[in-house]
Amino acid sequence: MIRRRLPLFSMLLAALATTLGLSGPAEGGTETRSWQEIVSAAKGQTVYWNAWGGDERINAYIAWVGDQMREEYDVTLKHVKLSDTADAVSRVLAERAAGKKEGGSVDLIWINGENFAAMKEQHLLYGPFTQALPNFRLVDVEDKPSTLVDFTVPTDGLEAPWGMAKLNFPYDSARVDETPRSIPEFLEWAEAHPGRFTYPAPPAFLGSTFLKQALIELAPDRAFLQQPVESDAQVEQFTRPLWEYLDKLHPNLWRGGETFPSGGPAQRQLLDDGEVDITISFNPAEASSAIANKLLPETVRTFVLDKGTIGNTHFVAIPFNANAAEGAMVVANFLMSPKAQAVKQNPEAWGDPTVLAMTKLTAGERHLFETLPLGVATLPPDELGPTLLEPHPSWMTRIEAEWQKRYAR
Amino acid sequence: MRRRGLLSSLPAITLAAFLAPVVAGLIGTWLPAFGFFPTLGGESLTLAPWRELFAQPGLAESLRLTLISGLLATLLAFLLTVFFLAACHGGRLILAVRGLMAPLIAVPHAAVALGLAFLLAPSGWLVRLVSPWATGWDLPPDVATVQDPNALALTLALVVKEVPFLLLMTLAALEQVRAEERLAVARSLGYGPLVAWLKAVLPAVYRQIRLPLYAVLAFSLSVVDMALILAPLTPPPLAVQVLRWFNDPDLSMRFVAAAGACLQLLIVVGAIALWRLGETAVALAGRAWIAGGQRGGDGRIARAVSAGLVQGLVILAAAGLAAVALWSVTGRWRFPDALPADVSLDTWARHAPEAAAITATTLVTGLVAAGIALMLVVGCLENEQRRGLTLSNRALWLLYAPLLVPQVAFLFGTQVLAIQAGIDATWIALVWSHLLFVLPYVFLTLADPYRALDERYARTALCLGAKPNRVFWQVKLPMLLRPMLFALAVGFAVSVAQYLPTLFAGGGRFVTLTTEAVGLAAGGDRRVMGVYAFLQALLPLLAFAAALALPRPLVLTRRLEAIPA
Repeated sequence: MIRRRLPLFSMLLAALATTLGLSGPAEGGTETRSWQEIVSAAKGQTVYWNAWGGDERINAYIAWVGDQMREEYDVTLKHVKLSDTADAVSRVLAERAAGKKEGGSVDLIWINGENFAAMKEQHLLYGPFTQALPNFRLVDVEDKPSTLVDFTVPTDGLEAPWGMAKLNFPYDSARVDETPRSIPEFLEWAEAHPGRFTYPAPPAFLGSTFLKQALIELAPDRAFLQQPVESDAQVEQFTRPLWEYLDKLHPNLWRGGETFPSGGPAQRQLLDDGEVDITISFNPAEASSAIANKLLPETVRTFVLDKGTIGNTHFVAIPFNANAAEGAMVVANFLMSPKAQAVKQNPEAWGDPTVLAMTKLTAGERHLFETLPLGVATLPPDELGPTLLEPHPSWMTRIEAEWQKRYAR
Repeated sequence: MRRRGLLSSLPAITLAAFLAPVVAGLIGTWLPAFGFFPTLGGESLTLAPWRELFAQPGLAESLRLTLISGLLATLLAFLLTVFFLAACHGGRLILAVRGLMAPLIAVPHAAVALGLAFLLAPSGWLVRLVSPWATGWDLPPDVATVQDPNALALTLALVVKEVPFLLLMTLAALEQVRAEERLAVARSLGYGPLVAWLKAVLPAVYRQIRLPLYAVLAFSLSVVDMALILAPLTPPPLAVQVLRWFNDPDLSMRFVAAAGACLQLLIVVGAIALWRLGETAVALAGRAWIAGGQRGGDGRIARAVSAGLVQGLVILAAAGLAAVALWSVTGRWRFPDALPADVSLDTWARHAPEAAAITATTLVTGLVAAGIALMLVVGCLENEQRRGLTLSNRALWLLYAPLLVPQVAFLFGTQVLAIQAGIDATWIALVWSHLLFVLPYVFLTLADPYRALDERYARTALCLGAKPNRVFWQVKLPMLLRPMLFALAVGFAVSVAQYLPTLFAGGGRFVTLTTEAVGLAAGGDRRVMGVYAFLQALLPLLAFAAALALPRPLVLTRRLEAIPA
């Protein structure tokens, strides 16, 4: 979920290593075994799941998954808590560079966006495997196209959808009367309320997503953002309005834009303490969930922007050299089960929206979802507004690097 | 005699065990810094990594933060230590403070930093206590009191942690330089208490504390865990930035990171050289001042100020820990309430299973590392005594090497070695990496008491026909039990506090209370941070308490056994 760029140079390097015969590309083989064979091979395996560990509720959910795996499948799940998903990508890359083609230290990665794009490009992934998972058939691939296309890159069965995300803005209704309805209105709001808004420093994913939202709204033609970056001149032309916008916005941010919170949870703490009035979230139910966990005041509500906000899907993938690929597939399958998805969507636990299609579930399974509370601060689905597509990953790489140059000095 | 052979080779084994990884790690860092790292395709020497390093945005700002916090913290801690000891010499306060210093040293840096953050932040406890009734603030002020642009919060935290260490080291040194006699002579010549100490004691005692002072300087310039909590992040101080480069998914950044790690080492070397120059200048000026013969007053103001500051630091650290403990049992605590609205053990209950597992990892690593260190150190000291050797000054420098070389400057190289040796992310790598830092402290703690033991006990036993080994087990060991347990507790506390070594050697698979607390500090939930920071502080304190309490029943049992039935 947390993402960071994996620039060209390392890819070239890996490609070079490959041509020199230092390491071969992964044998990209389609998973052909039956589900029964996979489940029995998984018995007794230990799965090291590398997943961002910055949110206590998510960690608790992953721990719950671990309990279920032990009881139902005799699979031991270990959560390797990452501060940045790129760390795991970097580890797999380093292992291949060292010629470690099996017995790798990462079995499962929580991933999407450019980390997935980079791993796919580099043949660092196991599979295609999702077609072998029984629960994949329940996924709403028709109405949630981002379960098959991740940041414009086709998933090709190399990652299993786990949850849905949509950019929204929790705010304290006790202090905010009127909320901004577009990116330009954010600037007006910040100028009227200096010091009351901020965003996490990129490459923290919420910060990068805010930048992308601004880029989409401000760019001269957003259709090009769905294509890879073509040239420096194009980047310059498309991002100039973004930098002009940020130059005006920053002096009106929390701490005068001199410093930024490290990530989503830090920002949520600022809202709770009353240091800011508006924060950013990628999960429409996060605010409700935080209220239930006494992490935000009861007066917090959420809003979205009129012309839509960025939405995407997050996945789990298996590295090519995973030590416990079968165990990892069993975990991935369980994550897509109605039971696991319903627990995940409950705002009292995590509140992460499901990837499943209600029409594909049995009445009993549907009931699990229908009885879930919506949460006091969560917008109902018909008020969440249009979903904007993620730009191609190369755009994010460029704006993150430029942001560092301009503002982190 | 094989036994003897083993003992006499122990110093060599010990030195190798903890110097080899440092030296190899340094080489493994310097080579990539000049472009040589075949795994990543770097096969020739080049200055490109350095050029790229100096082209990194924000490098100058990172350096500024590193230098301000490192130099200022060391200078302040040193001045405070000296003036406090000089002004309050012989007073009851020193005894009281001395008792408090060991627990303060024991509390890991990250716990102190989190405590200070909970206390000093604009929404912290201090502001809550006086708001809104005194300040009129219903919302926290938009002022950076932690992660501030000049890293002053980090500087303060470093001073809080370093003053206790310097105080204890200086107090130990005072006994060696016969400070009482010097003072008596100076006082009889009419010098005031403060000036007498500064003119007659300081020049002698400074030589003794020079190395610990350099270690403080090196540590302050390269600290990572405290900086992650209290220093600004865009950009962060150099050591944190180097760590980020090492973790960059773009593997070509490893070259820049290696160059940055070398720059970190150069900064420490440069700062120590600068300090040495400062020493010379102060010595020159000081000699004239001493010869000038001013007697000075009764030092009342210096006493009041320095005593107030030292007590303030102790109170600050204690209040920080209290804030940590309070947050761990908080249900809801909104700004600007002075106290939590409700108190509950929910957070503890929810985290009990995981916290127990993490505590167990921390406990085992700490005990094994401290245990191995104790055995090696006792072996070396025993060998030294049996063969009538004394540690040269140069050997002492070697001992300080892991404390003087910044951790980021060699841990990367060490990690590469560990991967090649196939012990990356194993218990061996983890304990070994902790041992590098545990060993020097265990040695420093135990060496003086071990050497101070009246050798006539051993000689008498030998004259009665006991073999050296029996003398060791039956005479020396029981008499030295208390200092040994104390050294064990020190070693344990050092291990618990290790952040970077755990991160590098543990490969993400070993989570200790320190890595968990620092990881959670990136945001998250203050209640959960409270749980882990509290456990992190508690563990070393319990170890110290046990070291003080255990010898009594043990010694008592021995006495009872000695009574003929």
